[in-house]
Amino acid sequence: MPDNKEKYAQLQESIAKHKGERGAVMPVLQEAQGLFGYVPEDVQQMIADGLGVTLAEVYGVATFYAQFSLEPKGKNVIGVCLGTACYVKGSQKIMDKISEELQVEVGRTTKDGLFTLNATRCLGACGLAPVMMINDEVYGRLTPDQVPAILDKYRA
Amino acid sequence: MDLYRAHVLVCGGTGCSSSGSAQLIERFEEQLREKGLEKEVKVIRTGCFGLCEAGPVVIVYPEGTFYSRVKVEDVDEIVSEHLLKGRKVQHLVYVDHKTHESSVQKSLKEIGFYKQQQRVALRNCGVIDPENIDEYIAFDGYRALAKALTEMTPDQVIKEILDSGLRGRGGAGFPTGKKWQFAAASKAEHKYFVCNADEGDPGAFMDRSLLEGDPHAIVEAMAIGGYAIGADEGWVYVRAEYPIAVQRLQHAIDQAHEYGLLGKNIFGTDFNFDIHIRLGAGAFVCGEETALMASIEGMRGEPRPKPPFPAVKGLFESPTNINNVETLGNVAQIILNGAEWFRSIGTERSTGTKVFALGGKINNTGLVEIPMGTPLRTIIEDIGGGIPNGKKFKAVQTGGPSGGCIPASLLDIPVEYDTLTSVGAMMGSGGMIVLDEDNCMVDIARFFLDFTVDESCGKCTPCRIGTRRMLEILERIVNGKGEEGDIEKLENLAENIKATALCGLGQTAPNPVLSTIKFFRDEYEAHIREKRCPAHHCQALLNYVITDKCKGCTACARACPVGAISGNVKEQHKVDIQKCIKCGTCMTKCKFGAIIKD
Repeated sequence: MPDNKEKYAQLQESIAKHKGERGAVMPVLQEAQGLFGYVPEDVQQMIADGLGVTLAEVYGVATFYAQFSLEPKGKNVIGVCLGTACYVKGSQKIMDKISEELQVEVGRTTKDGLFTLNATRCLGACGLAPVMMINDEVYGRLTPDQVPAILDKYRA
Repeated sequence: MDLYRAHVLVCGGTGCSSSGSAQLIERFEEQLREKGLEKEVKVIRTGCFGLCEAGPVVIVYPEGTFYSRVKVEDVDEIVSEHLLKGRKVQHLVYVDHKTHESSVQKSLKEIGFYKQQQRVALRNCGVIDPENIDEYIAFDGYRALAKALTEMTPDQVIKEILDSGLRGRGGAGFPTGKKWQFAAASKAEHKYFVCNADEGDPGAFMDRSLLEGDPHAIVEAMAIGGYAIGADEGWVYVRAEYPIAVQRLQHAIDQAHEYGLLGKNIFGTDFNFDIHIRLGAGAFVCGEETALMASIEGMRGEPRPKPPFPAVKGLFESPTNINNVETLGNVAQIILNGAEWFRSIGTERSTGTKVFALGGKINNTGLVEIPMGTPLRTIIEDIGGGIPNGKKFKAVQTGGPSGGCIPASLLDIPVEYDTLTSVGAMMGSGGMIVLDEDNCMVDIARFFLDFTVDESCGKCTPCRIGTRRMLEILERIVNGKGEEGDIEKLENLAENIKATALCGLGQTAPNPVLSTIKFFRDEYEAHIREKRCPAHHCQALLNYVITDKCKGCTACARACPVGAISGNVKEQHKVDIQKCIKCGTCMTKCKFGAIIKD
């Protein structure tokens, strides 16, 4: 992982690359989200200054799309699919079980900063419903009693 | 070119990738090298085969043997038995859910799931290597573009598409040829051709599979469309959640450039065309065309009123044509084979085929492509293989958050645009979720409204506030607090939102509620009047009852977190309904099946 200074330098590079391009705010924000894991105010300000738009415009875009987060996320991000196919096959029960296990509400991060629990849109893996993702790993055909063992893998 | 005596096709679609198909490929290559077969057998990662239920899927040609749910440890056996000794591995071969027939002696096309399908848009998915332009070209790729550019005028291209009767596959079903005509008629120096790959309907993943399995088909279709309307620049707006699709599409664009199939003076003509990719950032409303354009422009993805239509004033203020991925998947085939051929598939007003993502309570989940007009029953029972666990079919939901539920009594209707709309559902982008007797229809309506409330962009009041009010009423009903008159209130709100919302998202948001009220009014009434959920789904309306199967083992009483279960050892226990929090723990602990939901 690059340290913070390096991240800011990379962000500046990205801004320089997209400057002058039409519709540059989105791709730059996406790169910032990828670099920092979230887009704090100083990052938004940097993007606004760099691209020559107002902070309000950057903030407006950042808060409109689900991909951008204004708060830092946990070390592991859990996304339980609440698409229709998963929902009718009981993904809500998976969600409830994780929420109970981790003592955390949907959309929040655990106190130890280890997990963020999110409800995601359809992941397009409906054949494996119900499905969840932890970071880039997909878990399919889930039952609630598999949850504790899966979570333990990330606690080690 | 090297010749191989056998090909191993491993599905690299989302479903199969999620269940480990990449590891399978690695293992196959390793094993083949070890056995010295690497010059005889080629391993190819393809796009989606469709039958995700059986994933990860491996097909071995020339026999066309269909191996399902293959694990890494099974690979050695396939290599040493099938590929080395020529003996199919019986126990790994796919078995049909419905007939319990093993497909050992059958090829792919004879399997129940594939027999009634006809692949036009998905024709190359699961057949070619999507990252190899030569394979696409070998399957007639870019021949349609050559034909359009060198033998046809733009007007002739548009006429061919118009005559084919192709309608938008993204949901609304607007004739594609007409759209192209409007955009072509706009006079401007600069025009855009946009591909809408912001597939948002939960439970629909055909666009993703098409982009992952046959990206060149989309590149080719966009170039043909660009030529037809006079655009020199194309944009693909695709969900960031689809990394494989994005990567393969970019790869396809780069390869097309290398081959001179994109860029300047394509096929020696004066036609220039280039394609850019823009990633979405997770907003359902961006599937709406004006919102999508705002998003490409780097702004909040809010829709705006039409007119002006995009064909007049669209992306960056220039005339723009927008088509959905699956729509474009048909274009090259129409140009190559002619409008007549396309019209010969499907019905009078819905020509061609449609891809559906079959999911939910059905045996064969996956992607299916059928000729329009196929009866719903054929899709559910024959292709889908019916409902698992001996449960009863209740309804099928089509069109996602904009669509509706079709009950068992209407299963014989043909699947086409107008028929589906006439029963209060819609074609939508092609999600088809099957519901069984355990699914509560009121809760399904609540589920979709919850989705729309979350995804409403907030620009217009009917959608922002109206859908929220509807959701509140539905939540009350499923929590046992429904009141007399709630159904009428829902209907009234629904009609108003439909009539006044700004964009398609709001105008169609009430559909799931209206269609469930229309066909399952009795379920709403049971929730409201009797405080009962007929499907035994809604937690708040459940009562747990201990029947006389109880042996008095006390497991339930010990497990109950609130001490609501009482009874003596070896005697039938009892649940105190006042104390019970309906968590269901007792039911999971009971070894005798003595606890039921009432």
